[in-house]
Amino acid sequence: MSDLKFPIYLDYSSTSPCDPRVAAKMAECLTLEANFGNPASRSHFFGWKAEEAVETARRQVASLLNCDPREVVWTSGATESDNLAIKGVAHFHSKKGKHIITSMIEHKAVLDSCRQLEREGFEVTYLEPSDTGVITAEAVQKAIRPDTILVSLMHVNNEIGVINDIEGIGKVTRENKVLFHVDAAQSTGKVVIDLEKMQVDLMSLTAHKTYGPKGIGALYVRRKPRVRIVPQIHGGGHERGMRSGTLPTHQIVGMGEAFRLAHEEMEIDNARMLSLRTRLLSGLEDMEEVYVNGDIDARVAANLNISFNFVEGESLMMALRDLAVSSGSACTSASLEPSYVLRAIGRNDELAHSSLRITVGRFTTEEEIDYAIEKIREAVGKLRELSPLWDMYKDGVDLDQVQWAAH
Amino acid sequence: MAYSDKVLDHYENPRNVGKFDDNDQSVGTGMVGAPACGDVMRLQIKVSDAGIIEDAKFKTYGCGSAIASSSLLTEWVKGRSLDEAKAIKNADIAEELALPPVKIHCSVLAEDAIKAAIADIKSKREAH
Repeated sequence: MSDLKFPIYLDYSSTSPCDPRVAAKMAECLTLEANFGNPASRSHFFGWKAEEAVETARRQVASLLNCDPREVVWTSGATESDNLAIKGVAHFHSKKGKHIITSMIEHKAVLDSCRQLEREGFEVTYLEPSDTGVITAEAVQKAIRPDTILVSLMHVNNEIGVINDIEGIGKVTRENKVLFHVDAAQSTGKVVIDLEKMQVDLMSLTAHKTYGPKGIGALYVRRKPRVRIVPQIHGGGHERGMRSGTLPTHQIVGMGEAFRLAHEEMEIDNARMLSLRTRLLSGLEDMEEVYVNGDIDARVAANLNISFNFVEGESLMMALRDLAVSSGSACTSASLEPSYVLRAIGRNDELAHSSLRITVGRFTTEEEIDYAIEKIREAVGKLRELSPLWDMYKDGVDLDQVQWAAH
Repeated sequence: MAYSDKVLDHYENPRNVGKFDDNDQSVGTGMVGAPACGDVMRLQIKVSDAGIIEDAKFKTYGCGSAIASSSLLTEWVKGRSLDEAKAIKNADIAEELALPPVKIHCSVLAEDAIKAAIADIKSKREAH
């Protein structure tokens, strides 16, 4: 236990540190002696060399997705990719129809892009997930109308880690001639993505959740059949006009290396993460009134989202100051609303307030998990001793029947 | 969010945690908040015949600021008359704990809790 370093990072779904191999590659693209040139400079060696590095990275990203490198458009991250995909499709196809389908548990980058389109006169259907947290192909099929132009769904949910059946949904959208956008920010390196098999038209990617740097991402835009979008950032016509702006070579090289490593090491990483998560869950699940949020099997190995009934999430995190985790509690969000994802999968407000999201990664150790288990058990025990709800539960009071003086 | 030292102190070492018997005629109970809102406070006071609060206990489900607000309140009300306890304002609690604006509602809840406990003991006495 002596070599534990505090605080312990267990929030890999929020962001991951760069793999040292990634950071080393990036450092080769910054200074005068290194590969600092503008990839768009066509007239000299510095430009050519930078362009070569950018194209190598593009192939590395394409290789993880099993797609053509020419289908990869660099952006600043998944938020920009989501905006470009959704608004770009909507603005291009608005004459064909103005209906978009998404779900209630998408990332805010998708939900808020859709809200913006609603203000512009588009109509959006927000699908409700099952209580395990998935959106089914049948649900998509039912929601499609003659004027539907786009379906936008996430591959892996950021809070509960549940995986959607992208291949199945892609069949439905293709049959109905509706474009399909997938936010894959949480799935690269965790789930196999094969764009030969998945009939996806646009896919948002980011580097920083897969051991790459922040500030770089990509949008996959299918060539066959060709997908057309209206650019959202105008300028020098980089990235075939879809996204202008000087390419940040060091960031792109970092993303390329990160995705190369993800491609090579996905199996080993996943096996390790699954064993760590299983260890974590088995260390906690014998406690009373503990609930796993979302399907435990149909989820990425790295994620555990778990509610400790009668304990409030923020106070729990306060007791766990040695651990960097996140919570669905209202008190931890800017909006003071408990997690909309947990509520959408049918969890009541109490359980949403009581949730912790613990996400492990490439650098998590068994010792760290054992320490986390010990601390969480201790904190939950302490806070339940302080909790009037725990008292009432122990006295056999049905909390649903109590008239609360809501404020 | 960074917590003040006083919030941390009350959170780490909460004062007067526990429960009195609700049926005791000298006990007033105030339970406020709702689980759906993320905080529930139960504040109890034990009141002498002369109307002085001799003891107080609490249990709170909620964030660190809510726990600290109720813990502080139990310290403050001890030895006070009911009227004096009733005069405690949420602003006093918020100031003492240096609560940020987003946590002011925790101190409001604590004020509601002591008011509810006082109302409870008064109605118990009137019933007798």
